[in-house]
Amino acid sequence: MASMRDIKRRKSSIQGTQQITKAMKLVSTVKLQRARSNAERSKSYFNCMFDTVNSILKRVGHIEHKYLVSGESQKKAVIVITSNRGLAGGYNSNVIKLVTRHPEWKKEDLVIYPIGSKGHDTLARNGYDIRECENAIIDAPTYVDAMALSTRLLQSFADGEIGEIYLAYTAFKNTVSHVPTLLKLLPINCEEVKQEEASKAEAIMNFEPEDVEALDMIVPKYITSLIYGALVEAVASENGARMQAMDNATSNAEDMISDLSLKYNRARQGSITQELTEIIAGAEALG
Amino acid sequence: MAEKSFNLRIITPDRVFYEGEAEMVEFNTTEGQVGVLPGHIPLTVIIKPGILNIYETEGEKMAALHAGFAEILPEGVTILAEIVEWPDEIDVSRAEAAKERAEERLRSRTPETDIARAETALQRAIARIQTLK
Repeated sequence: MASMRDIKRRKSSIQGTQQITKAMKLVSTVKLQRARSNAERSKSYFNCMFDTVNSILKRVGHIEHKYLVSGESQKKAVIVITSNRGLAGGYNSNVIKLVTRHPEWKKEDLVIYPIGSKGHDTLARNGYDIRECENAIIDAPTYVDAMALSTRLLQSFADGEIGEIYLAYTAFKNTVSHVPTLLKLLPINCEEVKQEEASKAEAIMNFEPEDVEALDMIVPKYITSLIYGALVEAVASENGARMQAMDNATSNAEDMISDLSLKYNRARQGSITQELTEIIAGAEALG
Repeated sequence: MAEKSFNLRIITPDRVFYEGEAEMVEFNTTEGQVGVLPGHIPLTVIIKPGILNIYETEGEKMAALHAGFAEILPEGVTILAEIVEWPDEIDVSRAEAAKERAEERLRSRTPETDIARAETALQRAIARIQTLK
């Protein structure tokens, strides 16, 4: 049986850890609120953007456009959005699994654009082809960052270095539910878009300049907005995931402490009983 | 009789920049300067850097609008702006400096100069400066 002193030391160390996890939970709660309101503010922009792009695609139908067909290259670019810090439960590993465990993807075909050092480090260690990105983006994502990244990707797409572009991130549904999501950015899938659109009322929309030219200009903006939206949601998810992880850690510590308290009291009682027995035995021996 | 005003929404990635009733809105597009009145036919246009004028019933508002596109419908206009600023958000000295830089780049052009980019930068700087005047 562990001595009283050992138990006491263990207990106070766990109490220390508990204080830390509790503080981290509070911090991420505050950060989550901020990130969530950011995500909500930008939501209307993306909804509008999505609707507009849909209506354009619906109108132009099947045309030969560089953004609507896969490039010749077999390479697939994947933007992987993870965090720079750990202690967020399965947040980072879930996103990485989307890439590493994809049934149809081969490691050689992938080009990874990681945002966030956790994803970068893990994928680099596993031997993926990494294109450096700014890890600091995820700390405070701005639209300009997203624009720079999408310009870079579209350039590689136009040069024929990559044939398809994907985005792996964690979608933020609500505070407790974050869904790792893989999204295809380019080429835009006409069929999917059309089916979703079918139920909506038909509105005749004119374009200035012409459809194809408009598509040239709107698609990069569309991609940028998707990337920005993913960044903002990922930040909210990260803090949500960390909040949950730290909440669990705090309540686990609570359980351990109450368990140790019980053991400590038992040990204390045991030692008192033993001392008493010894004293009585000693007194009897003398008498 | 046609409606006198329409609903105008200007949305940026970070915020709802403007939302309200307007009688007319003017801005610059790839096809030139346009003014939109209520009951316009459905139209989507791409925005070029320029001044945004919002004519409300009680007055007029100005802003510098740099990039994005606008969706015009008979009942309202939605501008998806990547960059848009109210006059009090503009830094004049920065805009002046940017204008000079862009002009300099265009004057001393070399084969490597990204002319389209320099021109956009120049248009942006001019739009900013004009908005303040």
